[in-house]
Amino acid sequence: MTRLDLIRGTLDVLILKALAWGPLHGYAITSFIRAQSDEALLVEEGTLYPALWRLESKKLVAAEWGLSENNRKAKFYRLTPAGRRHLQQESRTWEAYATAVAKVLGATQPVPRRKPV
Amino acid sequence: MTRTTRRPRAARRLFGADPAADVRDELQFHLDAKVDELIERGWLPDEARREAERQFGDRASLQQIGERIGDTMDRRRRVSDYWNDGLQDLRFASRTFVRERGFASVAILVLALAVAANVATFSVVNTLLLRPLPFADANELTWIAPPPAACGLSCATYSSDAYEEFRDESRVYQDVTGYFAFSGADNLRLEDHGESTPATGLMVIANFFQTLGVPPALGRAFTADDARTGARPVAMLSHAYWMRQFAANASIVGQTIVLNGTSATVIGVLPAAFDFGSVFSPGARVDLFTPLDLDNARTWGNIVTLIGRLQPGVTLAQARDDASRVAPDLYFRKSRPETLGRYRDRLVPTPLKTHVSGQWHRPLVVLWCAVGLVLLIACVNLSNLLLVRTAARSRELAMRRALGATRARLVRQSLTESLALSGAGAALGLAGAFGLVRWLAHRGDLDLPLLNGITIDGVSVVWTVLIAILAAALFGVVPGLKMAGGNVQEALKDSGPAAGRGPRHERLRVGLVIAEIALACVLLVGAGLLLRSFVNVLDIDLGFAPDRAATIAVDYRGGSGPEDVQAASRTAALRQIIERVDALPGVELAGVTDYLPLGPNRSWGSPAPKGKVFRPGELPGPLVYVVTPGFLPAMGINVHGRDFTWADTFGGRRVAIINQAAARVYWPGEDAVGKILVANRGDTEIIGVADDVRTEKVEDGSGWQIYYPAMQESPTSAQLVVRSRLPIDSLGSSVLHALRELNPQQPAAELKPLRAIVGHAVSPRRFFMLLVAAMAGLGLLLAALGIHGVIAYSVARQSRDIGVRMALGASAGRVRRDVLLATLRVALIGIVVGIVVSLAAARLIASLLFGTSPWDAPTYIGMAAIFLAVALISGYLPARRASRIDPIVALRSH
Repeated sequence: MTRLDLIRGTLDVLILKALAWGPLHGYAITSFIRAQSDEALLVEEGTLYPALWRLESKKLVAAEWGLSENNRKAKFYRLTPAGRRHLQQESRTWEAYATAVAKVLGATQPVPRRKPV
Repeated sequence: MTRTTRRPRAARRLFGADPAADVRDELQFHLDAKVDELIERGWLPDEARREAERQFGDRASLQQIGERIGDTMDRRRRVSDYWNDGLQDLRFASRTFVRERGFASVAILVLALAVAANVATFSVVNTLLLRPLPFADANELTWIAPPPAACGLSCATYSSDAYEEFRDESRVYQDVTGYFAFSGADNLRLEDHGESTPATGLMVIANFFQTLGVPPALGRAFTADDARTGARPVAMLSHAYWMRQFAANASIVGQTIVLNGTSATVIGVLPAAFDFGSVFSPGARVDLFTPLDLDNARTWGNIVTLIGRLQPGVTLAQARDDASRVAPDLYFRKSRPETLGRYRDRLVPTPLKTHVSGQWHRPLVVLWCAVGLVLLIACVNLSNLLLVRTAARSRELAMRRALGATRARLVRQSLTESLALSGAGAALGLAGAFGLVRWLAHRGDLDLPLLNGITIDGVSVVWTVLIAILAAALFGVVPGLKMAGGNVQEALKDSGPAAGRGPRHERLRVGLVIAEIALACVLLVGAGLLLRSFVNVLDIDLGFAPDRAATIAVDYRGGSGPEDVQAASRTAALRQIIERVDALPGVELAGVTDYLPLGPNRSWGSPAPKGKVFRPGELPGPLVYVVTPGFLPAMGINVHGRDFTWADTFGGRRVAIINQAAARVYWPGEDAVGKILVANRGDTEIIGVADDVRTEKVEDGSGWQIYYPAMQESPTSAQLVVRSRLPIDSLGSSVLHALRELNPQQPAAELKPLRAIVGHAVSPRRFFMLLVAAMAGLGLLLAALGIHGVIAYSVARQSRDIGVRMALGASAGRVRRDVLLATLRVALIGIVVGIVVSLAAARLIASLLFGTSPWDAPTYIGMAAIFLAVALISGYLPARRASRIDPIVALRSH
């Protein structure tokens, strides 16, 4: 697959999804998104961190300082209950949207003419 | 993803959050992680770092964004943390208070009392001293009178001629007005559907309401035409009278009412906010106002007071200069040139506000100080109580500090507790103050001006809040600092009740109690001095005997026609009344006068002893009373010589009675009885010398007085005085019944005991004395509480030592004596300090005392004795407890 630019607004959902299994630091979040999208989605630092901080200030994620795998001081983000709810809601919306778009794009015949009753 | 360590919020707040460092660290970590990964993929370390930084892009602008968001978040978090902590503290405090119900309710009650006293006093101070009078641009109004003199109201009044000339010649006033100064209560009779009721009327100069700036609530004010001789009689109603007598009927304006047999048209009703009595004559009520006919009053002598409205921007000094320029050109009567210059130096403008409430300045300030002292004592007391609690809780607090609570946090906790206490106290106190002020505002019998206007307004509420905060700060800070300052390890090691030991803690508590005792002692001495003065005032020989005597306003038909016919019919009517009342069972004596002592009075003319020459102005006019036979004995005024008899008729020889003060001036060293005085009506024989009677105030001396018989001079009104063998209450209805039989028009007036008149005259003194005494009582109670608290606590703390001593053979009596001695030591130091402060401060209340030195030794000794007794009582309970300590229990419990 080619590298894709992120559609505006989807980054938040991806970040929340990345945190769904437990706290992660910023670098691990980029790694997760890259790996899960088979290197298709690359999140740049310049977009990731502002998004993360905004989520923190909206209280969808909470941050704590901790130690990374190789014993470095790192800032870990985790989902707040509100964040989890937000993630579920947004994923449903996204799926519905994607299905709808896919159906339209997969159309094989024109709109059927309306028959008078 | 392994361990996470929490950075405590408290620490974050204490050191201040650092979002910049957070962002820097976070981005640095990201970079490092990237470098690690590249190296893992086989890059060389230097290359890897360069590549990572290239990929990263613009780090500085990212850093900036991060800092901005971090700052906002931190600010928000700090606010919410603050409130959360506050709420938590408040919840904690209320839980504590519910547990310690006794402590909390005592604390709140004590504060509520102090706050109620403070707010109520402040409301009075605010109304009497701070707020302007209830008139438009009240600071322009001046009261024009001579400097205070012995002859009372009569010297403070002016003749019609003098008023008109002063008004026309002065250049600094917008207008000058005045009112007739000598009308008594219930001087009118309102006839309504055949029923007559007494009413109090006041004659005012036509421009009175315009000059004061009081527009009528209904109808119109007087005009100059209303006051002309022969004008249609008109009247204005006071708001209260309109409500009471005319059921607030607005259509009364334009209708006629019958006053003393004459019809008058009601032209207006005054606004509710205007209460003549409360401003100009405290305790009196005025129902109706009528215009004063200056032409008609030209021969009445000095009758009007002067009130001027200064032009804007004119200073008092300018007004004084102007008045002293005009004064020498004034005539008492223009038709008598020799009366020119009689008012020289006798027209001095002062602010009307000073005239109304100036004399209350000092007492109110003293009262204010007293309630302030009580608040201070209450705060010191609570501070001490909290301190004892702190000591008992020191383990808990040490635990909290060990668990990471900061010093600031603990001080805040302590302040929250105090704030909760003082808030509750202030709320309760405000409610109490509302009650107090309502009660005060309806004390018509109290001789204090502007009482009806006393309310708790916004300013008073702000005052309450200020007091509450001040109180909280005062009694929260000391224990708070103590709380936070303790040594954690020591406190944790210490066992419960022994915690808080140590000389510093102890000394602070004892110091606070000593301060409390000293303050209460100052209050007590002040109250003692005022009480002694009050007793002295009650002991004053008034010159008459107020007990078992009563008075009632009498209406009688004077008749008309030539003076001698009038005099004869008047004599007959009065004689009939007096003989009828005299015959009532229980009545000992009865007599009629037109003025009573301790009320308004007047003088006319300056009689001089025959054959003696005095320099002009050397003989001011004595106060004049027109009385019937029987009045002087009924009042209990002793007369040397003889009383008037009904045989002293209009046609007979002119007679008069003077008082001793006048006799001493007219005929020094001689017996005045039988001497001849040249008075208004020519040669008058002095038939008796009466005792001096207090004329205006109980405390003031007596001026010169002269009594004329009602048979020869015309009285302006009639007050019947009855001396009785029975209680006054039982006499009222029979006297009124007798008067009604003689004159069906007699209004249903009240038979008022003379005691009540004296009581009214001394009411402000009694009022202040009672208030200061109440404050002193409160202070004493608080001090006793404080002493008890500290001694009880120290006994509890030393129970082990006491147990040891008792085990070693100390007797219970010995232990008790030691505790009492410790109490006495604290009390004595407090009393000595208090007395020294009192000695210094007593000068401040010297002007409020009567016949008592501010350094009156018996008062000081008495107060010290009372205090010692109270201290002993409050120390006795803990002493008894100490003597009952069981050594075995005390030793085992530790």
